[in-house]
Amino acid sequence: MALHFELVSPERLLFSGDVAEVDIPGTEGDMGILPGHAPVLSTLRPGVVTITKEGGAKERIFVRGGFAEVNPQGLTVLAEVAVPVAELNAERLAQEVKDAQEDVSDAQDDETRRRAQENLDHLQALQSAL
Amino acid sequence: MPSLKDLRNRITSVKSTRKITKAMQMVAAAKLRRAQESALAARPYSERMATVLANLSSSMEGRDDAPQLLAGNGKDQTHLLVVCTAERGLCGGFNSSIARLAREHADRLMAQGKTVKIITVGKKGNDILKRLYGRFIIDTVDLRAARTLAFSHAQAIAQKVLKLFEDGQFDVCTLFFAEFKSVISQKPTALQLIPASVKGGKTPDLGGAIYDSEPDEGEILADLLPRNIAVQIFRALLENAASEQGARMSAMDSATRNAGDMINKLSIRYNRQRQAQITKELIEIISGAEAL
Repeated sequence: MALHFELVSPERLLFSGDVAEVDIPGTEGDMGILPGHAPVLSTLRPGVVTITKEGGAKERIFVRGGFAEVNPQGLTVLAEVAVPVAELNAERLAQEVKDAQEDVSDAQDDETRRRAQENLDHLQALQSAL
Repeated sequence: MPSLKDLRNRITSVKSTRKITKAMQMVAAAKLRRAQESALAARPYSERMATVLANLSSSMEGRDDAPQLLAGNGKDQTHLLVVCTAERGLCGGFNSSIARLAREHADRLMAQGKTVKIITVGKKGNDILKRLYGRFIIDTVDLRAARTLAFSHAQAIAQKVLKLFEDGQFDVCTLFFAEFKSVISQKPTALQLIPASVKGGKTPDLGGAIYDSEPDEGEILADLLPRNIAVQIFRALLENAASEQGARMSAMDSATRNAGDMINKLSIRYNRQRQAQITKELIEIISGAEAL
């Protein structure tokens, strides 16, 4: 049995096909989605989606801002920004970090500041991991 | 009566106009294809978004803690109209039909004693609305510098709208744009953004299971609704871009045809006049010879 996976950004459909497993960075922790997973809705933190194709080949895509939906038809990830990790360079990430820092300093109330700060933390973690 | 030289000049000028309109038509056709492609590419995202939102909002219905973006802030006094038009003219009735729809909407609201605020996206809409509604226009967005529409443009507009909403500057927000039906038909459309209208998304069959939500539904919804505004605006901008090129293409097509007709008419007149002149000269020569 295979998992039908779709990765969609507002500008285009990035990935559509049957895969063996997808690891997604949920807000409350990473999730590994295998075929037959129970229906789930989750928001995403900035991070890397890892697609394991049938046969074991892996594909890694950086996503920011979005959510994932699992239903019996498969898994759909909607992301505002989605860039294959191969195309992601330090400059691009540095830009994202800079934007996030601006968000933190622009935040008007505690709630938005907390969210922006979380965003920034995730990005910085990713930057150091790369 | 214009002289032969005048007519000849006129014909040359109409001919070069025809060349220009023909070129514009072809450029519009090429751009239309690209615009259509990107509008199509954006469709899956907004469709999925609509589905998930419809799912979540049905579970929030009737709850007091439903987000304001979904349920509204309980008032209906100040309306914000976001009017999206083109940056350029020469595209038939495209800009004016969107502006007319917005104007009718604004007039109706004002007759009911509501306050109206307007944000225009695109220079042409601003030009049209400025004359009558200049004092209501609170902001204008200029996309002329943008070569291709990116999601970030829509996000910038969405952020403006959301900030105004948070500051309590308006209660209801409506978006105006032209929906792309086909090359020859674009339909001016009004879409309510805030409170969100989430009807229409179809719910997938879960076979009796219910969604597990992480974090809980309310929080996902609070995260999703602002995104949805940006997505809707992005969709509107893309539809608008495709519609604009479609409208320009058909407008330029008929302009090219009209120029062709005009050239035919002018050429006939030119030839007649030339012949009349030759005949006249012959008569003069013959009668001169006879008189001798």
